[in-house]
Amino acid sequence: MTVSAQSWSLNRRALATGFAAAILLSLTGSASLAQEPIKVGLVAALSGGSAKSGEGITRGLTIAIDEINAAGGLLGGRKLELVRRDDESNPSKGQVAARELIDQEKVAVMFGGIDSPVALAIVPIANKEKVPFFSVWAAATPITRNGANPNYIFRVSAVDVLVDKALVQYARKSFNAKNLGLALVNNPWGESNDKGLHAAAEEQGVTIAGVEKYEERDVDMVPQLTRLRAAGADALVMVANAAPGAQVMKSLQRINWTVPIISHWGISGGRFPELAGPWSQKVAFVQTFSFYGKLNPVGEKVLAELKAKYPDIKGPGDVLPPVGVANAYDAMHLVAQAIKSAGSTGGDKMRQTLENTDKYEGLIKTYVKPFSTDNHDALTENDYIMVRYNGDDIVPVATQ
Amino acid sequence: MRGTLETLRPIESLPLPASRERECTAGAPSNQAQTNVLVTLALISGIGLGSMYGLLALGFYVTYAVSNTVNFAQGSSMMLGAVLAYTFAVTWHWPLVLAILLALALCAVWGVVVERIAVRPFVRRGSNAWLMATVALGIILENVTLFLFGKEPRNYPSLLADNPLFEVSGITVSPLQVIIPAVGLLAAAALHVVSRDTRVGKSLLAAAQNPDAARLMGIDVGRAIALAYAVSTVFAGIGGILIAPLFNVSSDMGTLFGIKAFAVAIVGGIASASGVVVAGLLYGIVEALVATLLGSTYTQIITFAFVIAALALLPNGLLGRAGVKKV
Repeated sequence: MTVSAQSWSLNRRALATGFAAAILLSLTGSASLAQEPIKVGLVAALSGGSAKSGEGITRGLTIAIDEINAAGGLLGGRKLELVRRDDESNPSKGQVAARELIDQEKVAVMFGGIDSPVALAIVPIANKEKVPFFSVWAAATPITRNGANPNYIFRVSAVDVLVDKALVQYARKSFNAKNLGLALVNNPWGESNDKGLHAAAEEQGVTIAGVEKYEERDVDMVPQLTRLRAAGADALVMVANAAPGAQVMKSLQRINWTVPIISHWGISGGRFPELAGPWSQKVAFVQTFSFYGKLNPVGEKVLAELKAKYPDIKGPGDVLPPVGVANAYDAMHLVAQAIKSAGSTGGDKMRQTLENTDKYEGLIKTYVKPFSTDNHDALTENDYIMVRYNGDDIVPVATQ
Repeated sequence: MRGTLETLRPIESLPLPASRERECTAGAPSNQAQTNVLVTLALISGIGLGSMYGLLALGFYVTYAVSNTVNFAQGSSMMLGAVLAYTFAVTWHWPLVLAILLALALCAVWGVVVERIAVRPFVRRGSNAWLMATVALGIILENVTLFLFGKEPRNYPSLLADNPLFEVSGITVSPLQVIIPAVGLLAAAALHVVSRDTRVGKSLLAAAQNPDAARLMGIDVGRAIALAYAVSTVFAGIGGILIAPLFNVSSDMGTLFGIKAFAVAIVGGIASASGVVVAGLLYGIVEALVATLLGSTYTQIITFAFVIAALALLPNGLLGRAGVKKV
């Protein structure tokens, strides 16, 4: 097909116009770079049995982001923007989501969700791409203690090895337990606690009657629990998320075993009282924060903001789950503080600044030098509290 | 620094050490006796779940017998029955019987839709794409349900599941665990009777044996196939409603069920109704026994190994027959 001279010059004109427009656009683009938002990513379970955990984390991050943006943003007026992806509690999907957030959305930092297997899968990606990754719920010990140097993984949350100490201690002190039965979910989180509980038991002088495992989607745990009862367990330590935890409670009910149950906090990530029924009220489990009782000034402020923003929150009992909200809130502020001090969102600079964080008056506590080169966990066992369900509310338990 | 927390009442109804010891030692079964108890319970729950696999597999059988196609959205059809029953009975508080009947009626409609959209256009052209089309339709249904029903599994409260019927050495068995296999076998029996002894059933069989001859005799083969699909999804819906109190209702509750039921259908000989029911029961029992004795980690490995072994020994399934090839 021949192109006439007239149409050829028309084409060239069109080309030139387009070229000029492109240059202009790119110029205006760079001029608005100052207003380009700083994106922070969240990879969490937004659907499935732990969807409530993703919702809680989202709320905590959102409240913190709203505060920071209202105070003028960071790095010369840039607003923070939250980009979320659902990992569906699936490590492969979590990895895909993390890669997408890093490569396409170009997030400055990523926050993680409740599932330790997903967090563990994201750790190598974050370290390789030098993007800081904050776990605000997943508690498996190897997430932050992963042997990488430099380590871009931080955590404002419980750590299994310390939680296990607290659980064993609570079992001993509150129920005089001497022979613990372990009911663990069969995944890396369960394994992390398997190690931690054995270590804690040995340290505190109690024996382990038996270790029984179940799959995340199991419905019937009667065989496992029957074996633990036959082994003489006088207290049950449970590590599970809401759905399998509920099935454990139902199975306990079927074999009518009224043993004290001390649990990790996975059950608070979903509708545990609804799924487990009345026996859900018998479980004592761990949290890092409660909105009940006398709150510090930050706590009062956050609770007021939550009530203002979310109509379903009318009181401390409606902030469910409290740990997702609280951990995420403090983590976001720690990150913002680091970005401010570092003066940039570069991954390596952020990491170093975070490790040198001096002080931050947060929701859960006042953080004094929370991180260091070899400690990336901001919370210790002194920050844990034991709670239980009262209806759908999570309330603190009276300690001995 | 954290403020002081108010002291609330301690956890109630926890036994003191003394009574706990009494509870532990009184009537503690010996190892062998305990294993027997666990095996008995495994058989009960295995027969229950197995009959559900058989029920779903009967759905595969019905459509295959009449049209040489299967509805790979069977798992999602099971979920549809449970989700609809939950919405009608629990969310909207309708009377239970009405809720169940309406849920099953809608499952039947869904079956007709699947046939019309995902099967008929491809069969007409002699293509096998209905395989993927029904899979795709199932995935679409699951995701639509995810949006509409919600992201979390919900508890289906049922008096039949919560109150004990009888006990096996101190371990309760609920009425639901007995009703499930009863309804499953009843459905299989009903299918058998209807297909042999009623006009509708006979016309289905005729359409299956020789569609062209059936057409010549005035049987609407297209309608027969649609009816077969409706029956298959109704069966799946019944299964979903029955297991909802045990498994919790969620948009992905049916996926693994559907896969296992298809394996059961193949092992049972997809052209034989009694074959798939027997295969379903066997599969359920093996699965429950493995979970009880070896731990639930090994169930999928061992049950599917059995499937492979069964097919290696009996390639046409337990009670199936090789298709006759006319030369």
